[in-house]
Amino acid sequence: MNDSSATASGPPSGAGLTRASIDLSPRSRPVESVVKAGLMGSAMLSVLITFGIIAALIEPVIHFFGQVPFGDFLNTEGTYAVIPLIGGTLVTTFVALVVAVPLGLGAAMYLSEYASKRARKALKPTVELLAGVPSVVYGFFALSFVTPTLLQDILNMQVGFTNALAAGLVLGVMIIPTIASLSEDALSAVPQAMRQGSLAMGANRMQTTLRVVLPAALSGVAAAVVLGLSRAIGETMIVALAAGAQKNLSLDPREGMQTMTGFIAQTAGGENPVGSVDYNMLFAVGLLLFLITLVINAISIAFVRRFRQAY
Amino acid sequence: MTSTTIEYTRESVQAAVSTGRSRDRNTGSLVFLILLWFSLFFGVMVLLVLIVNTAIDGAPRFDSELLTNYDSTLFPEKTGFRAGILGTVWLMVTTAAMAVPLGIAAALYLEEFADGTRWYNRIIELNLQNLAAVPSVVYGLLAVAVMALIGFQRKGIVLGGAIALALLILPVIIITTREAIRAVPNEIRFGSLALGATMLQTTWRQTLPSSIPGIATGTILGLSRAIGEAAPLLLLGIAGAVRFDPTGVLSPTTALPIQIYATTSQSQEAYQQAAAAAIIVLLVMVLALNGLAIFIRNKFQREW
Repeated sequence: MNDSSATASGPPSGAGLTRASIDLSPRSRPVESVVKAGLMGSAMLSVLITFGIIAALIEPVIHFFGQVPFGDFLNTEGTYAVIPLIGGTLVTTFVALVVAVPLGLGAAMYLSEYASKRARKALKPTVELLAGVPSVVYGFFALSFVTPTLLQDILNMQVGFTNALAAGLVLGVMIIPTIASLSEDALSAVPQAMRQGSLAMGANRMQTTLRVVLPAALSGVAAAVVLGLSRAIGETMIVALAAGAQKNLSLDPREGMQTMTGFIAQTAGGENPVGSVDYNMLFAVGLLLFLITLVINAISIAFVRRFRQAY
Repeated sequence: MTSTTIEYTRESVQAAVSTGRSRDRNTGSLVFLILLWFSLFFGVMVLLVLIVNTAIDGAPRFDSELLTNYDSTLFPEKTGFRAGILGTVWLMVTTAAMAVPLGIAAALYLEEFADGTRWYNRIIELNLQNLAAVPSVVYGLLAVAVMALIGFQRKGIVLGGAIALALLILPVIIITTREAIRAVPNEIRFGSLALGATMLQTTWRQTLPSSIPGIATGTILGLSRAIGEAAPLLLLGIAGAVRFDPTGVLSPTTALPIQIYATTSQSQEAYQQAAAAAIIVLLVMVLALNGLAIFIRNKFQREW
């Protein structure tokens, strides 16, 4: 991309009086164009994947709505109701954000505003370690530690073996690195002059961070939170193990409830013949999940654009 | 003597004022700073609790049978993860064989050949950003459709799982490879072009070799994400109870995370212990991959 200026300096416009010995006109190079087309094909594959996802989901979904009326799908109860699944996803995601937004933002503010360059280099990987833990491991952690030890023994709460609270808490831990890392980028992008101005007016570092830097970086921080939200909605194994396997439309996170991704994993783990109603419902819920994350990602990308334009 | 001391203090005072550090000593600021420290180290604390808790749970099962036995329903205390570990190795190799060449080719096109102002290249860019955030189960559903197209219904074979994982890590590999290619300074390209090399020769003999450490790091980090994924594999019918070694890409298989999921879902104490011990094995594999990536980055990456 960057070298276009070098190659595009173009053939000489003169009649070639002095440069006749060097031929700078574009020669046809069959191998070059074949390889270039191959590389372009690989890049185009990514677009193909998006269309592939939509195409792959649409066909079983059409079959599904041939078997089950749309009203039964968009219903609060019944075998094919999706509203309780959306409710479960909302509850676990909300708990996750309550954990991850303050902690992720706090880590980001420390790294960007307080840590020295060397400290940042050493500390940032420790935050990102959390992102490397496989989600099935987090699920086991929720079942074997968060619910029995933290919630039942230490906090003395009346919660079942599976509950949305434990799943949401662990989900929140998992998305801390997403929020911290993107927020740090946004905070660091705020011009130094704004900090110096604030400090020169007599503000201390806390006031500068909270009242000058954070508001200036707000759209980037929002993008980070929205991307974390999308990760939390799409995460599967934690909720499949720890949130519960029963549809339960409730706002109480202490209850067990199935989420959209949990439903997909638990149904896929069972024996459902290809083409059956249950099998097709997987794709209907999958399409809904894809569309929800698509919209959320678009919002996040739009936020990022805004903060890039600001400075 | 005295004058230098005074100057020194003045400088340090100025430095302190310019960072605002001198005014940080009130209670509110200190509480705020402590909260920031807490959020920074919260992750490490959770990770420590997780590892210690899991290691204690799995302690009775740190034996060689954990690695060499197959899954057992008759003797839960002797259940092993041999099929899962071998399956995961097969899956990783097949995934890498598919995702790495494609990812590098796409990244090379986007960095070296594509005209970023053309609408179709902008669509590719936007699409990549979006694909990186698509939930992994959705890739599982796509792989199910791809497998159905080439004639394999959900049989839980290596190829199906590898397609899902390759789709999942392709955006990661493309994005990190592009960064590695972008870090190669333009002077190297100009020098090569000025000597009469074509764009392709420049890319193949100069740009690509210079960016290999970065590409390797990105690829390994992508694989370390794929190694722990269970959700897309579940959709492809890859189940926990497989009691034989995979023999090829068309062989039915299981994977370590899937076996952990299946074992965790069993209620007996012995299975919980086995799952905890297997988690330590999985964490060691993930850690080894990450360590390898860091080693390659520190050892081979050049500062231009």
